[in-house]
Amino acid sequence: MASLLAVLIGAMVAAASYLLLSRNVVRFLFGFVLLGNAINLAILTVGRYRGPQPPLVPDGAAVPTAAVANALPQALILTAIVIGFGILAFSVVLIYRAYEELGTINSDEMQVAEPAGVPGGPR
Amino acid sequence: MASKTAPIGRAGPNSRFAIFRCVAGYLLAAALPAALTGLFVSLVPEVAGGGVLRWSVDWVPSLGVRLSFLVDGLGLVFALLISGIGVVVFVYARAYLDGHPQLVRFFVVLTLFMLAMLGTVLADNLIALFVFWELTTLTSYLLIGFTHERADARAAALQALLVTGIGGLAMLAGFILLGAAAGTFELSQLRAGTVDVRADPRYLPLLGLILVGCFTKSAQFPFHFWLPNAMAAPTPVSAYLHSATMVKAGIYLMARLLPTLGGTEAWTVTLTAAGAVTAVLGSVWALGQSDLKQLLAYTTVMGLGTLTLLLGLGGTAGVVAAMVFLLVHCFYKAALFLVVGAIDHATHTRERDALSGLAAAMPVTFVTAALAALSMAGLPPLVGFIAKELIYVGAVEAPVVPAVVVGAALAANALTVTAAGLVALGPFLGVRRAWSQPPHDPPWTMWSGPLLLAALGVGAGLYPALIDQTLVAPAASAVLNTPVEVHLALWHGLGLPLALSGATLALGLAAWSARRPLDRALAAAAAGLPRSAEGVYDAALAGMKGLAAWQTAVLQHGRLRGYLATVFATMIALIGLAFLWGGLSPAVPLPLDVPLYAWGAAALILAGTAVTLKTTSRLTAICALGAVGIGVAILFVSHGAVDVALTQLLCDILFVILLAVALLKLPRFRELPHRGRAAMVATAGLAVAFGTLVSLILLEILATPLDLRLTEFFQSHSQPTAHGRNIVNVILVDFRAFDTLGEIAVVMLAGLAAVALIRVRASARRHQENNR
Repeated sequence: MASLLAVLIGAMVAAASYLLLSRNVVRFLFGFVLLGNAINLAILTVGRYRGPQPPLVPDGAAVPTAAVANALPQALILTAIVIGFGILAFSVVLIYRAYEELGTINSDEMQVAEPAGVPGGPR
Repeated sequence: MASKTAPIGRAGPNSRFAIFRCVAGYLLAAALPAALTGLFVSLVPEVAGGGVLRWSVDWVPSLGVRLSFLVDGLGLVFALLISGIGVVVFVYARAYLDGHPQLVRFFVVLTLFMLAMLGTVLADNLIALFVFWELTTLTSYLLIGFTHERADARAAALQALLVTGIGGLAMLAGFILLGAAAGTFELSQLRAGTVDVRADPRYLPLLGLILVGCFTKSAQFPFHFWLPNAMAAPTPVSAYLHSATMVKAGIYLMARLLPTLGGTEAWTVTLTAAGAVTAVLGSVWALGQSDLKQLLAYTTVMGLGTLTLLLGLGGTAGVVAAMVFLLVHCFYKAALFLVVGAIDHATHTRERDALSGLAAAMPVTFVTAALAALSMAGLPPLVGFIAKELIYVGAVEAPVVPAVVVGAALAANALTVTAAGLVALGPFLGVRRAWSQPPHDPPWTMWSGPLLLAALGVGAGLYPALIDQTLVAPAASAVLNTPVEVHLALWHGLGLPLALSGATLALGLAAWSARRPLDRALAAAAAGLPRSAEGVYDAALAGMKGLAAWQTAVLQHGRLRGYLATVFATMIALIGLAFLWGGLSPAVPLPLDVPLYAWGAAALILAGTAVTLKTTSRLTAICALGAVGIGVAILFVSHGAVDVALTQLLCDILFVILLAVALLKLPRFRELPHRGRAAMVATAGLAVAFGTLVSLILLEILATPLDLRLTEFFQSHSQPTAHGRNIVNVILVDFRAFDTLGEIAVVMLAGLAAVALIRVRASARRHQENNR
């Protein structure tokens, strides 16, 4: 299982990187979402595959009786998903507002803070 | 000072309080240095009797840093010079800068400097000494750049700050090595000599680092160039900082560390060579100067070189000569600087060619200049003669190449005779000139101090007991760490030193009589000589600025894609290098344990990713990303992560709705310019390389054993301790509840910020409508 996921995650990261390197900020956002998914899967993979048993303690027992999945990565991923969604929601609004103000979704043309030809700005 | 300050806001003669204000101003200006001088004079008998005063409090006890002070013979001589010349300079400056709008700022900084300088020479702890040392650098920066509206003053201030500051940092590194080698930062314990630092393997590096600090501060070749430039400071500052006190800090430190670090071949050769070269070059360069203040600055370089040379010799004769010359140099050099300030004040020029025949108009100034210059030239009965004799005594006994040392001393001293003539005789003798405003002596507040200093040169010469047992002997004893008897006298008997004195005078007078052709020859020679490390300084400064501009232009180009590409490329290079270095674990287990539905999920993810990459339709891309999310959720289920899968599905649905609502208002992708084929291939290459790297990292991690202690802890404590059967839930709301609180706060903040962004738009729109 792990080797399949490792290859799959690599492919997702490659696609995400390609999208992140786009000048279209919407495609950048797509890359961001894809990267988030890939990283969550990576955390899962690193926690090792132990079959589909959820990490639950059966009734009447103090500890899990059978081999269950690693609970720690799951807790981390839950946090990551929620935070990722928060950032995504904010980014969507930011891109939308930036388009309203600047009339572009091309990051190369978003040069208000550092206009070209100004020291410290692009040449 | 070429640009004279107009008397602004000066109290008029009819002001009733003018006289009080004036007197109060002088009293205030000189009160602190005068009180300190009184204090230090009162300590002279005790210290001369061999007493050492110590005072200390803990500062940073964990690092062994104490704010400790030590008054012994050496420290007291310096403290007396700093506070005593301080009185003269403070009173003089009060008149010199009378009416200057920044007078208060000047005195605040000058007072801070004086206190920092006193701290430097009285500190017993090396780290405390370093702090005070750097404070003198900072206050010197502020004083050189006092007329900050002038670009040359600012540049000179910055140069002095950088050169002495970098030297100071080297010195700090040296101090730390010294502290590590000796086991203490206290100078008094270093001198006790329980550990011989000279035998430590760190001796050479620490000596080199400390000497860099001393040489930059005390303007030794090749670091001397900042000192003549520092003449951009007001003349009282030049007299005080850049001839009498601050530039002697390096001399002080070398003298202080002589018993600990001195006596080795490295010490002797380095100091003797640097001192001799500095002394000779300083005196040669001095003669080529047309500006009197520059001329004095270069003779100061010569004086500092001589002091370094004498400390390099290291024997009793050398140290006694150094201590006497230190006093003598302070007396005559401060007086001469103040005289040049008076000439500048009266005639508004310091150019040698423009000045002559002032003796009748400025008699007191002339007398002061003549007395100081006689001491500088080393003529009997002035104390300068005694100092010069002692220098020759020390030079003759030099442990390394005495002939060269004597020759260097002879050349430097002879040229100093000429320089003394140029300063003291040139402006006053010769044809009287027609001045638009007839020059006159300055007010008594400006001539009394210099005259006193010059008179001290006569007094100490005629009556050497004034200084020998009171100041010189305790100081030399402190430097040599053994009691020394010093009896100074004008007449040393016939011998080599007297012959050398005669030769000095003869050579100096010969150079004086041939000064005009000599000037031309020196000017021509100076043009051909590599001036100093100033070129290196300029090149380094320009290079640093150029590098900063270049790397800003290259790295900070303002294109988001470029930044990301740089980050990716750097990560690929660094992690790739690590893989090349460490090698790859070869075993990649075949995925035989994958259930069929997980294969399906993986295929779904790959397909969704491919569609997202390919499509130019926004809606298709959003749907494809939604499919990827569903595939990820299925994989979560396959790993037993049911809760995670649920959350993933919920967020996935919300995400698709949100994007669909917001992004469909944005322009179509087709309307954007496409990247060219080459750029596309390059980007794809970068992306594939990065993805491959991530796969390799994951495989590498999977090949190493996993530390399961935390997981086991949560498994065994979830039910008994937190009374929860869903271990993931218990981790989130119980064991790591604060993390979850933080997570909720982040989501809430993101929501608030999103709302704020939209509200800003609404209020801006209202604002526009109102304006219409």
